[in-house]
Amino acid sequence: MSSNGVLVQVKGLKKHFPITRGILVQRQVGAVKAVDGVTFDIYRGETLGLVGESGCGKTTAGRTILQLYRPTAGQVTFDGTDLSTLKGEDLRRMRQRMQMIFQDPYASLNSRWTISRIIGEPLRVHKLASGQEQIERVQELLRIVRLNPRFVNRYPHEFSGGQRQRIGVARALASNPEFIICDEPISALDVSIQAQVVNLLEELQEQFGLTYLFIAHDLSMVRHICTRVAVMYLGQIVELAEKDELYDHPVHPYTQALLSAVPVPDPPLERKRKRVVLEGDVPSPVDPPPGCRFSTRCPVAEEMCSEEEPPWRDVGGGHFVACHKN
Amino acid sequence: MAPLLKVQDLTTRFRTLDGVVHAVNGISYVLEEGEALGIVGESGCGKSVSVLSVMGLIPEPPGEIIAGQVLYQGQDLLKLDDEQMEHIRGREIAMVFQDPMTSLNPVLTIGRQISEPLIVHLGMGQEEAHRWTVDLLEKVGIPQAADRYRDYPHQFSGGMRQRVMIAMALACAPSILIADEPTTALDVTIQAQIVELVKDLRDQLGMAVIWITHDLGVIAGLAERVIVMYAGFIVERGHVDDIYANPRHPYTLALLKSLPRVDRTSGEKLATIDGLPPDLLGLPPGCPFAPRCEYVVERCVQENPVLEPVGPNREVACWVDVTTRRE
Repeated sequence: MSSNGVLVQVKGLKKHFPITRGILVQRQVGAVKAVDGVTFDIYRGETLGLVGESGCGKTTAGRTILQLYRPTAGQVTFDGTDLSTLKGEDLRRMRQRMQMIFQDPYASLNSRWTISRIIGEPLRVHKLASGQEQIERVQELLRIVRLNPRFVNRYPHEFSGGQRQRIGVARALASNPEFIICDEPISALDVSIQAQVVNLLEELQEQFGLTYLFIAHDLSMVRHICTRVAVMYLGQIVELAEKDELYDHPVHPYTQALLSAVPVPDPPLERKRKRVVLEGDVPSPVDPPPGCRFSTRCPVAEEMCSEEEPPWRDVGGGHFVACHKN
Repeated sequence: MAPLLKVQDLTTRFRTLDGVVHAVNGISYVLEEGEALGIVGESGCGKSVSVLSVMGLIPEPPGEIIAGQVLYQGQDLLKLDDEQMEHIRGREIAMVFQDPMTSLNPVLTIGRQISEPLIVHLGMGQEEAHRWTVDLLEKVGIPQAADRYRDYPHQFSGGMRQRVMIAMALACAPSILIADEPTTALDVTIQAQIVELVKDLRDQLGMAVIWITHDLGVIAGLAERVIVMYAGFIVERGHVDDIYANPRHPYTLALLKSLPRVDRTSGEKLATIDGLPPDLLGLPPGCPFAPRCEYVVERCVQENPVLEPVGPNREVACWVDVTTRRE
């Protein structure tokens, strides 16, 4: 099943959140189409970047892949098993192999729990270790993420942001997963601390052969860490390619605008750079525009763009784009 | 000619239950008319406190400006009483904050909030203030400005709110606009809009801008001169091109090396700065960066270096010459 090296296969994935009215009788009056038909593969050992602006659905996509939200439609296949058909114990057993690192290292650790209990939780849930064995494993995990193993009985507030994110990483590693979704793991951290965490993630990938889905809005960091990159806009993927190809030859007008908006720490170059400044804001995912969703802000849009949804096509060398024009 | 703004030995502390926080430790800088100055540093480096001190917005207690001068057109702002300061704030020096939602009043319309300073500071009548406000909203690029006058802050998106904040700051045509991380909460495409807007407005109105950020990328295209802060000290300053091309302080150097770039793939590991920024409750006697510095020598842990010129318009506070690795 996974002969071609595909670990995670996402097909036509949709996640709609209902909007209801009424107090006693709840009526559905609409839906937030957070993720609206995304398809991509994640290969074993790679880091796939998922980028886009706030509200584009990248976090929801990540959570739906892990079945933290049940998809409205579509399939997620993990190592040949369709996750959307799994329930209860079967799903839990599968979850051992996929973990998540969250954005906010302050909110994602229970402040009343000791580090030992936080990192030991997956071991307990999946019945992987108990007693002395569990304590030893927690200490080993702390060593792996370069924290002092003697910290086991401390509480999250005793750590800095970067250290807390390491605790989050240790927790994700506890069940020996193959696949980790990193949901904006560094955006809450200071610049000088970001590099520490990114380097750690890279080393762990090498050491344990991990596969990452790296969700982020920092396009510079994504270029550094990822193998391939997918660009999301309003619940859909508009472009996907190998990273250098995507950054050096972006095809979709949204990708072009997004990349040109990222400032470069090089003053003479930065003054010369031409910027595609987009007008207006992202439309509401409750009522996305017809046709191409980017057509309302696209600098090169034509009539057909707002009528017909653009097809997902290969422009060569595994570079996919959904655009009528380029 | 005297500079527009001259900050001299500014020292701000906070008395807390845990002890005295040394937030800003004797910093000096000048801002010329129409200039764009960038202040760069990580959280807790004192960059926000330094400009809040200039604006007289430090809550006392627990805060206290214990030394220094802030000369605006030769007049020391720190000696002014609240009422006199009211005439400076908003009118001469205006400020835009990081989070546009918490800095706008949620129960007043946008129009009312912008027109208020026009009425209070400039003594305009209701009608004239209304006209000006719509004008300002148009100037900062808010579509259908006349209709949106009666809207409340929650009816605007993050980027639009920041535009409203800028409109409000520009209301009395200040000669200095201080922007404290105005784009940190925004997406990159919206950030680009705001940066372009401020650049255009500066060209049009000729005001000086102080832009505070932790993002070395944003500053690169915006500022003429840059100040790098660490633990409440200025560690390096100079022309933006020089700082980026030849950083002379180990902190600046390390910070620039730790940044990945969107326009190229290096294939190398990111350089890291080990350890954490110092605790401002008890600064070590030496250089505050010494415990994390790869160039550290014995003198660094004993004596804190002061800013010394190392070239034209270039100063750095370091005992070691990073280009030769010698003291």
